[in-house]
Amino acid sequence: MTVATADLDDLLERASAGVSVDGLRVEEADDGYRLATPDDEWTGLDEDELRRALDAADEYVTNWRYWQERVGGEGTARRAFLRWCERAPLADAETGNATTGPWSESGEGDADAGEDPLAVPERYDALRDGIDREWGQLSITARFVDVDDPDGERVYDLWHVDDADTDLADLEVYDDPRDARELATYDGGGRYRPLKTAPTLPGGWAFTGLSGGDLVETVEFFYPATVANWHRELRGNLDVDHWLETAERQTGIYDVIDELPREAVAWMAEACCVDSQCLRRREWEYEEGDDLDVDGGDGPFPCREPCSLVVAAARKWTTLESEEEHTYELELTTSEINQLTELIDAVAEGRTDEIREADVYDGANRYRARYLRAKRFDDEGDLEATKVDD
Amino acid sequence: MQALVIAAHGSHLNPDASDPTYAHADTIRETGAFDEVREAFWKEEPHFREVIRTLESDEVFVVPLFISEGYFTEQVIPRELRLDDWDPDKWESDGTSASQATLEAEDVGKTIHYCGPVGTHDAMTDVIVQRAETATGDPDVGEGFGLSVVGHGTDRNENSAKAIEYHSDRIAERDRFDEVKALFMDEEPEVDDVTDYFESDDIVVVPLFIADGYHTQEDIPEDMGLTEDYRLGWDVPAAVDGHRVWYTGAVGTEDLMADVVLERAADAGADIGDAREAVRELAASAAESEPHAGAGAGD
Repeated sequence: MTVATADLDDLLERASAGVSVDGLRVEEADDGYRLATPDDEWTGLDEDELRRALDAADEYVTNWRYWQERVGGEGTARRAFLRWCERAPLADAETGNATTGPWSESGEGDADAGEDPLAVPERYDALRDGIDREWGQLSITARFVDVDDPDGERVYDLWHVDDADTDLADLEVYDDPRDARELATYDGGGRYRPLKTAPTLPGGWAFTGLSGGDLVETVEFFYPATVANWHRELRGNLDVDHWLETAERQTGIYDVIDELPREAVAWMAEACCVDSQCLRRREWEYEEGDDLDVDGGDGPFPCREPCSLVVAAARKWTTLESEEEHTYELELTTSEINQLTELIDAVAEGRTDEIREADVYDGANRYRARYLRAKRFDDEGDLEATKVDD
Repeated sequence: MQALVIAAHGSHLNPDASDPTYAHADTIRETGAFDEVREAFWKEEPHFREVIRTLESDEVFVVPLFISEGYFTEQVIPRELRLDDWDPDKWESDGTSASQATLEAEDVGKTIHYCGPVGTHDAMTDVIVQRAETATGDPDVGEGFGLSVVGHGTDRNENSAKAIEYHSDRIAERDRFDEVKALFMDEEPEVDDVTDYFESDDIVVVPLFIADGYHTQEDIPEDMGLTEDYRLGWDVPAAVDGHRVWYTGAVGTEDLMADVVLERAADAGADIGDAREAVRELAASAAESEPHAGAGAGD
């Protein structure tokens, strides 16, 4: 293929200021133009010679056009994210600034950070088939618009990771980023999802042929601010607000949450902030230098401070933790106390819906729970127990 | 580049709480007046805390989608946006006159024009009147009608009631409705006794709330006696003590609210071109095509 004349004109226009993208370098010097790719170098070219040489390096030229003329936004999270989507080298990551997460040195070997970036020729090969990335429960494919005769123009497809093998004809296809808002509002059971990064995003939809800008906008409607915070982490300036700072900042009805005991903060993180409940990777700790002994998760995008759901729940736990403990006496068989464990576990794992109607062998089965209530609750509907430490 | 951020409360429990925010943001997106438009929330995402960093624009106009100056607009939003030099005095407000303050967001180094809430803007008066028009399906409603603007009441601060009274007074000055009265949910004069305060047979009741929820769809309709049980819905108008009460939902869901958001940003120096005209035309055509747009929950 040959490079469009207009692209060459644009490139020549930019040459005096110097062009440098993905290994392509074009400069204007006293003795003429200098052109370099990772494989070749030409110097002292006049304009016609430069045009012929650029024509031979067409992939580099169309790649330049896409990144510099189409995407632009040097230094923005949008540009970095789109480059990550096609496994292009990330200028910011190379500086090794990141202190946390997969971009830090200690994170080497991580699936994301350790994956070698692709140079232009390899990327061009890969973009013909499409390059797949996962962002939470989103599967993103970067591909050429024109596979047979690529002019460098990319588009992006987006669907649920669970739909990776689903025929597009079986998915509801959208093209407006704003449609993502509605898709992200309810889970598969029609329940409201107040936490956008909960791993409960339902599938059955697809966005196809999105521009780079629209892709980022769509991703941000599914997972707000994740791209910006990922980019900050990449550049080594993720501003983590630890638990205590966040708690002490609160006013009004949340003013009390800084009284939540440290061990309760750890229980809270274990309850709310693990991969099974939220796809953000918790980077905040109790306070700087005082880490919580709970796994923060493995997601690609960081959680830089306790979210509003954690803050709201912490208020409840602060109240509950202010209560004194007592010793109670109650009569239960060994199987009954085991059943209490099973009941709590079933609710905590969200598996009550999966327990079969007649599976009376499961302690969290509805009939088993109703039986226990019939046997062990008093007339007031409370568990029969006596406080023995008064 | 300039960006608009609409800052709203949102909800952990009610998925509809953010609908008006999205609707007004989308209306403004359609005008193309801003390079970027974002919704931001206290209880949803993106949170106030993280919205500014999602923008590429250097100049950001933040408009709180709140009714009055108070706890959220004076404390919570500026703090969460990291407007370190913020002080409520920068608004130089008497409780309903905040326009804007220009500040720097510490985490991103952007210029933030922090605007007063939509609820106290003069243009809000027009939205309340338009609400009366859509509720009755009559673009000339006024003669023979009483209008009540209903607010929450004191809640955390006196400015809450001031905003309600401010618009009631402005509407009264127009001599369009026979009677205009500010009523409240939890202070005198109370909305429960709405018919005691009007002589007119017809009373339009407009709740000055941003979003429909517990107060506007459960409390107020039951308190006014429009229905025994909010789940059964109510008629518009509903017969109460010999009056016809025309009650719909929160004024914040009115299409014309997008215009108030735009005006707030324009007052703060945003270049919005002819976006206001576009939004007003859109709102007017929407009002004409669906006269009972806000009919009761059970309809």
